Amino acid sequence: MSALPEKRHIPDRLGTSLTRLLSSWEVLLLGVAIAIFIANAFASPYFLNAWNLSDATFNFTEKAMIAFAMALLIISGEIDLSVAAIIALASTAMGAAAQAGIDTPGLVAIGITVGLLCGAFNGLLVAGLGLPSIVVTIGTMSLFRGISYIVLGDQAYGNYPESFAFFGQGYVFWVISFEFALFIVCAIAFAILLHATSFGRRIYAIGNNQFAARFSGIPVERVKFILFLLTGLMSGIAAVCLTSRLGSTRPSIAQGWELEIVTMVVLGGVSILGGSGTIGGVVIAAFVMGLVTFGLGLLNVPGIVMSIFIGLLLIVTISLPIIFKRLKSGKKA
Amino acid sequence: MTRILKSREILLFGIIAILVAGFSSRAPGFAEPKNLAGIFNDTSILIILALGQMAVILTKSIDLSVAANLAFTGMAVAMLNAAHPDLPLAVLIIIALGIGAILGAINGLLVWKLGIPPIVVTLGTLTIYRGMAFVLSGGSWVNAHQMTPVFLNTPRTLFLGLPILGWTAVAIVIIVYIMMNRTFFGRALYASGGNPTAAIYAGIDVGRTRFFAFVLSGALAGLCGYLWVSRYAVAYVDIAAGFELDSIAATVIGGVSTLGGIGSVIGTVLGALFLGVIKNALPVIDISPFWQMAISGAVIILAVIFNARAEKRRGRIILRDKAAKTYQEATA
Repeated sequence: MSALPEKRHIPDRLGTSLTRLLSSWEVLLLGVAIAIFIANAFASPYFLNAWNLSDATFNFTEKAMIAFAMALLIISGEIDLSVAAIIALASTAMGAAAQAGIDTPGLVAIGITVGLLCGAFNGLLVAGLGLPSIVVTIGTMSLFRGISYIVLGDQAYGNYPESFAFFGQGYVFWVISFEFALFIVCAIAFAILLHATSFGRRIYAIGNNQFAARFSGIPVERVKFILFLLTGLMSGIAAVCLTSRLGSTRPSIAQGWELEIVTMVVLGGVSILGGSGTIGGVVIAAFVMGLVTFGLGLLNVPGIVMSIFIGLLLIVTISLPIIFKRLKSGKKA
Repeated sequence: MTRILKSREILLFGIIAILVAGFSSRAPGFAEPKNLAGIFNDTSILIILALGQMAVILTKSIDLSVAANLAFTGMAVAMLNAAHPDLPLAVLIIIALGIGAILGAINGLLVWKLGIPPIVVTLGTLTIYRGMAFVLSGGSWVNAHQMTPVFLNTPRTLFLGLPILGWTAVAIVIIVYIMMNRTFFGRALYASGGNPTAAIYAGIDVGRTRFFAFVLSGALAGLCGYLWVSRYAVAYVDIAAGFELDSIAATVIGGVSTLGGIGSVIGTVLGALFLGVIKNALPVIDISPFWQMAISGAVIILAVIFNARAEKRRGRIILRDKAAKTYQEATA
């Protein structure tokens, strides 16, 4: 049976029971992360090595940066499936600019601007015209990546300036890569934005009850537009990092990432229906997914088999709490 | 309401006709019956898949796993055919429908019994099913010479100028049309998406209806698995990658509302044909096939804008008006 209206949480109870529920989810997830870490350490002698672990972070840092913005978007009740296509378009634009002889600062500016423009386009369609975000972003996903295909076809851009390599391959301190440092900074920034500002409270309010939010004077459309803009911005930044790391651009770059990013967000305890979730959960989920793929990689498990584990992880972690809750309350549907 | 829907289908049909006429002025022979039959045949798999997708979307759900289901089932029947060439084709087709239906039922059960949102469930099973296709095949291909002639040639056999593949699509369209319009299940699909609460009061089990919509979508995807493998004479892990988006695009262009409860079989078929005509026309008018993705993206966006205008979600507008009125009263 579908959830009936009276099951909805009453706002004045949000403070206590809901936070406890959420913290228990994050504790569970943290347990999973530690278990995977220990299992990995036993499974492969190469796992517990600072440089190997540092390499492992590249598995998730770029995706996680987008996942933070995506988390805010999903909490507000929308979704953006075009993020990977934005990476492709931004990367293509940077590649074309590099071909024309533009230097590193210009390339970064172009990548980020393209990301912002794509985000603004999505925001305009969803917030401005009031269209359902799933379908709109499926459309823009085809459109953005399609433009990359028109520009590049079966070609690739490759001649990036040497200094451009820093964003994806540079280290700021010992084994701490630039990307990992950026990931930490983004995590803190988004955590503050979501959990310590009135803008963050507005996101929850919109996700829980859009109409009530509107009646309380929250400019729902503007908040949603900003969130799409933010997602575009993070996709642009991720495009800079990924392009710099790979050193080349093909139209198929970051193919399928949107699904992994949504998986990361949902695994992190953000309700796909909107209204609840934390950045902390998403951070832990990023580590869980990074550790799983890295550990399986050390065991020579092919990438596509890893994706089975990611898919199972998603469904099992969502199902288990539901099943336990049912068993506890004793009413089986 | 029916008038709006009807006019929408006529409109879409008109657009397709104009497109065909336009393309044939650039490339004579494009509008010849033989070529049109070819386009229809080429679009058959998309039509079948889109009809399953439509049933799911009508119930306010979405099935992102159809292409992965297609790949797994296609691989399974191709390997079965290669290993046991003596199995009759009918058995293989029933197996394909069965495997597809089981994969669909897994989606449906998770949505129905555990109440997990469909987009999350099928996002998960999308990667799982395609991964299973890899595990099943070990990453190797099944090539044409390993398949039996019956397996390969049956869908290509011409009958009244159209290959059996095309006739299969015609048959599925008729069956789904009758099911949607003349059976309890079909009407329940519309009711559970249009107004779930009212559907429950009308004695419709919304969860069960949704479950069977997923089973239907899965079974059709399984059938498409066989059709795809025999049409392209090869089975590998990545077949039909991303095709789930095409199936959604076809339904959206055809006027199916992703909010559930609105949409028609004819519209969906026309939506699929629209994509098929564009796909087949691009090489004819000397546009690189790399344009296709961007064009279908732009068309989806336009279709969504158009759909939203036709649907005019009244709930939101009433509330907006109310909000405006209370605001005026407050200031007055």
